[in-house]
Amino acid sequence: MNTPCPVIALAGNPNAGKTTFFNAATGSHQHVGNYPGITVEKKEGRVLVGDREFAVVDLPGTYSLTAYSNEELVARDFLARQRPDVVLDVINAGALERNLYLAVQLFELGAPVVLVLNMMDEAAKKGLHIDVRRLATLLGAPTVAVVARTGQGIEAALQAGADLARERAGEPWMPLHISYGPDLDEALADMSRAIEAAGFLTDQYPARWTALKYLEGDEDILARGQAAGALAAELEAKAARVAEHCQATLKTYPEAIIADYRYGFIASLLKQGVIVRDTLRQRLDVTDRLDKVLTHRFLGPLLMVGVLYVVYQITFVVGDAPRRGMEALFAWMGTTAEALIPPGLLRSLIVSGVIDGIGGVLGFVPLIMLIFFQIAFLEDSGYMARVAYMLDRVFRIFGLHGCSVMPFVISGGIGGGCAVPGVMASRTLRSPREKLATMLTAPFMTCGAKLPVFLLLVGVFFPNREAPVLFGITLAGWVAALLVARLLRSTVIAGPATPFVMELPPYRLPTMRGLVIHTWERTWQYIKKAGTVILAISVLLWAAMTFPLLDAASVARFDQARAQEHARLAAAGADTAAIAKAIAAIDAAQGAASLRHSLAGRFGVALEPVSRLAGLEWRMNIALVGGVAAKEVIVSTLGTSYSLGAGADDATFSLHQALASDPAWTLPRGLAVLVFVLLYSPCFATVAAIRQESGTWRWAAFSMIFDTALAFLLAVAVFQLGSHL
Amino acid sequence: MPQEPSSPTAVIGLRQMRIGQQGRIVRVETGGELGRRIRDMGLVPGTEFTVVGRAPLKDPVALRLRDFTLTLRNNEADHIVVEPF
Repeated sequence: MNTPCPVIALAGNPNAGKTTFFNAATGSHQHVGNYPGITVEKKEGRVLVGDREFAVVDLPGTYSLTAYSNEELVARDFLARQRPDVVLDVINAGALERNLYLAVQLFELGAPVVLVLNMMDEAAKKGLHIDVRRLATLLGAPTVAVVARTGQGIEAALQAGADLARERAGEPWMPLHISYGPDLDEALADMSRAIEAAGFLTDQYPARWTALKYLEGDEDILARGQAAGALAAELEAKAARVAEHCQATLKTYPEAIIADYRYGFIASLLKQGVIVRDTLRQRLDVTDRLDKVLTHRFLGPLLMVGVLYVVYQITFVVGDAPRRGMEALFAWMGTTAEALIPPGLLRSLIVSGVIDGIGGVLGFVPLIMLIFFQIAFLEDSGYMARVAYMLDRVFRIFGLHGCSVMPFVISGGIGGGCAVPGVMASRTLRSPREKLATMLTAPFMTCGAKLPVFLLLVGVFFPNREAPVLFGITLAGWVAALLVARLLRSTVIAGPATPFVMELPPYRLPTMRGLVIHTWERTWQYIKKAGTVILAISVLLWAAMTFPLLDAASVARFDQARAQEHARLAAAGADTAAIAKAIAAIDAAQGAASLRHSLAGRFGVALEPVSRLAGLEWRMNIALVGGVAAKEVIVSTLGTSYSLGAGADDATFSLHQALASDPAWTLPRGLAVLVFVLLYSPCFATVAAIRQESGTWRWAAFSMIFDTALAFLLAVAVFQLGSHL
Repeated sequence: MPQEPSSPTAVIGLRQMRIGQQGRIVRVETGGELGRRIRDMGLVPGTEFTVVGRAPLKDPVALRLRDFTLTLRNNEADHIVVEPF
């Protein structure tokens, strides 16, 4: 934040409409980033209330303020350390009791809170009537009824926030004390006194709150306490004694007692006439009726397959036209640049490095927009939670989560997907270990860029059986992804399954505004973060495949050959087409020689002694190195190294003939290449996406090294077995 | 599943509940991350709930409590002791 303007923090449960409120309040004046070091999103915006400008911070949606998840830690740290001027707690009025559980914890922290009762219309439809004024009196906090979807009450809520901020400005936070029963209350009083006296963490947290966290065994506060002073050991010992006592007398944990009393406190509030229920109209609400069909034993899974298929189709079929348009645009820019810039290195850099690189980055944009628009729709409508619910049993076997299905399908679980939006779709998983395992295995799927390689090889080795073999390869991608996920979850990402315990929110019609904002945020993040990396690597790879240049003598030899051929054919009376063809052949030979001479080429040649174990020779090696830039490049690079001329439209056709007539290309080699291409290192765009979603280069590097090693081992096994049978 | 012999009414594990059955939470027998999450969502002793459904593969299970729907895995439900009505 540049100017010190007062801060409104938005807190609330997931699915309570907090983001809708944020969007309605701030409009387009918002900014999305990440909290440092973790992938939890940080959204900030500005809003004018009267003549005062406020910064609005949208905290992550949480059910509680324990240290249970990154989201909760972030929300809690922000409140305790940044001390926003006011907290608007956005509450789903239809599930008031559970939503107040977070509110009570905000009050315990002492924050100035305005209760924003959202979805009042939905609550009324459920037959719940809430006495807003009564709730406000009982809790001693301003309370405003809103319908964030329609914007109703937003102004009033912001005004209430601004008023409370002004009223409480300069005052210390006033923590609410609720009773946790005789045993805990006494311990809390003792501990608070000691904490107060020692000034232990009191600059951030209220004394009683810290004591409470010690009783709850909150890992984050325990760690902070140890760094803060000697009192920590004493408090821990006291907490342990209390825990022992609870175990001995009540057979329970202090943590459980605390939760019981908090819910008890809320229940006693609500009993005082806050909620009135229409008992006369016992209706089956829309959500229950929809769930009867959408999560039905047989119909549910069938419909889900249908939905996933439609999402996939819309992404890749509708996305195809803009993608092609984008490609055509960059091809046009390439030819224009070629016409403007004289031949040479600069032209090559701009056309093959920069323009192709930017084209590569932006080529994914239509796909990313389409997929995130649809994912936002599925999430906001409540269907995504049902997908997780229905599929969890299956994915759990492999250490994954029901929500893993979307990243897999988009990455190419249906052949022809793309791992870049696929990896980005792993964002829907809130379980950190399951999310990581998903994004690391999704790239094994048969993405659209691997398909040309498969088509080429299947055409050579399994003519007329393309469809069943390609289907088999797609299945192999699934098997590999699931088995590797299982492997990772028992080794490098070991750890118990993250609790599934999840809300099935009511079905709701998403707002167009929410969908558009969400889609744009994702797309912009991709362009800004992943895009710059992909562009830089594209230029680097161009350099590796260009330098060092062929020496002058070799170039002169090719020039001479061209001149001689031209003279010979012209003398023999050949037509211009025949001459052009002969010259092109020499150009192609020169291209192959240059490529072999380049850094990438030398790398491919140097690897040959090892790669031969899997039946891969240097030409294939170079193509595979190029494929790390983008898998689309494999076929065209293979064409270049087979002296077929780069960029030729019929490259696949002539390659087909070249491979079919080459005795070295045996079936075991073909199968080994299939296996290797399916599994080896994700392309750089995907690696950049993994970096973005995992928050660290470590996992991005891991995916490149591990996947390549795995692919190589399996390719060796296939080649060796095949050759010796 | 530890039973409570002195308990006046029969208590069972949440996993044993049938769809449509109603009950009341008696105990949550787990601590740590899972216990915390279960309690945060409002599954504390005394809470009344209805089993509203099961996923097509019988797991997870969906409950209605405190005006919302919650789903959890069977092996998570095993830590929750309930008293069916």
